[in-house]
Amino acid sequence: MFELIDVNAMYCSCEEAFRPDLNGRPVVVLSNNDSSLVAVNRAAKALGFRRGVPYFRCRSQLEYHGVAVFSSNYTLYSFFSARFAAVVESLAPRTFTYSIDELFVDASHIERTMSLEAFGHQLRAQVQQHTTLTCGIGLTETKTLAKLCNYAAKKWSSTGGVVALTDKNRLQKLMNLAPVREVWGVDSRTEKTLATLGISTALELSRMDTRLARRMFGVTLERTIRELRGETCFALEDGTPAKQQIMVSRSFGERITALSDMQQAVTGYATRAAEKARQEKRWAKAVSVFIRSSPLDTQGASYNGQATEILPVPSQDSRDIIEAARRALLRSWREGIRYAKAGIMLADLQGKETQFDLFNEQMARAGSEKLMQTLDRINQTGHSHRLCSLIFGLAYYAVNFSVLC
Amino acid sequence: MLLHPLKPRGSQPGVSEPYFAEMISAGFPSPAAGYESSELNLHEYCVRHPSATYFLKVSGNSMQDARIHDGDILVVDRAATPRHGSIVVASIDNEFTVKQLQLRPVPCLMPLNPAYPPILCDPDALQIWGVVTYTVMSHGACLS
Repeated sequence: MFELIDVNAMYCSCEEAFRPDLNGRPVVVLSNNDSSLVAVNRAAKALGFRRGVPYFRCRSQLEYHGVAVFSSNYTLYSFFSARFAAVVESLAPRTFTYSIDELFVDASHIERTMSLEAFGHQLRAQVQQHTTLTCGIGLTETKTLAKLCNYAAKKWSSTGGVVALTDKNRLQKLMNLAPVREVWGVDSRTEKTLATLGISTALELSRMDTRLARRMFGVTLERTIRELRGETCFALEDGTPAKQQIMVSRSFGERITALSDMQQAVTGYATRAAEKARQEKRWAKAVSVFIRSSPLDTQGASYNGQATEILPVPSQDSRDIIEAARRALLRSWREGIRYAKAGIMLADLQGKETQFDLFNEQMARAGSEKLMQTLDRINQTGHSHRLCSLIFGLAYYAVNFSVLC
Repeated sequence: MLLHPLKPRGSQPGVSEPYFAEMISAGFPSPAAGYESSELNLHEYCVRHPSATYFLKVSGNSMQDARIHDGDILVVDRAATPRHGSIVVASIDNEFTVKQLQLRPVPCLMPLNPAYPPILCDPDALQIWGVVTYTVMSHGACLS
């Protein structure tokens, strides 16, 4: 049993949290350098504004409709993201932070104590009370189906923001209504190819031959189809990675209390996150770190710390990411806490074309791309984990060295 | 009375100060100083629900009798239940305001300053944003 909980129009909702005058008004958030719209709230969507549209193209329209326009503020968003995750975790022990505004929850044993629907409503009410954010919740057998239920919870307001479906017939009804692009892991290219096969709804996809799917699209789509049929293929921490941010987070096997241990863990996550950024050919500008104690711990104080560093130039260089992550960690670190979980998030991701800013004096590191390519190549062929971590460690000392010079 | 949210940032590492358990009488300090019973961490002392607590800065003087002054910082807990007599942050006419909540005889928001009139409000339209649990006030101004 899985649950997907996500915040409606996260960036806009964060901007509205301390602004009662924005209640019910259209709000949009611009990307880095104010180039395009990255977030649009419900009222703005109703006026026809969409994500991804360049700002200059809709500027006069935004002014005409009196839309509140904000530049993106990733410090604020990760502040709320950490609180959102902490509230969910206090009610559900096993969670996986999927992106800045989405969490998967393992809801396996919920039904022993309460109905899934009641659990969803409780979670939603608590998040709203603590953080002012409104969320949508989907609960069902598999993660892919949970994503679809979540889509339904957002699309039809009569659901009250919570859709819990375990009944096969009702699930089929939902799949029949959901276009195939709403299925988790189906991108626009896959959608087009599927259309040529006459597959346009989730239900049709679920009836596709799995061997054919595997041959045409690979094993991930085959798993997606199995998941739509109610067969669990993705565990809590698996599945297609999120697009808008890069997240790496883990719960610790044993509680961490020493800063040096935490630095090691966070350096590891930062390295992994930078690798992911290079794989996806993305450059990050905001690096956030969060650390927290377990809500289930009875001994010791509870703590939920987070900090965000904004890089002067977008980067995918492990050294930049590690350095920023360590600075953020030091800012959020508090002594005497038994830490149960930590994570790093790269946000404000952009493509290569925006990497260089004419007016920014600090240019990206020279030779960074080559060094990172070499690093990735060694890691791919690396025989042992120790070799990898040695290289990560060296990368970190290189950072220190360049700071000292 | 206007309120400004304090720019959220990663909570600074908490500093624990020696905590003297005896009450300090306002006046001449007792020569028999209090004993250290534990370490006081101010953040832990003021924040009961970490995920639901926000810090807001006050401007205006409509709550001076509740010892809330211009420039003070309010600790606001969204998870606490507002009751009759609670100091609350509410939104009226699209603006945050801090007032005392009174439920009897009729629901109203009461400024604690005789110069301001009480605000009668429609209980359905009244939106309580959070309950003020502590006020952080600097006495630095008294010295100058």
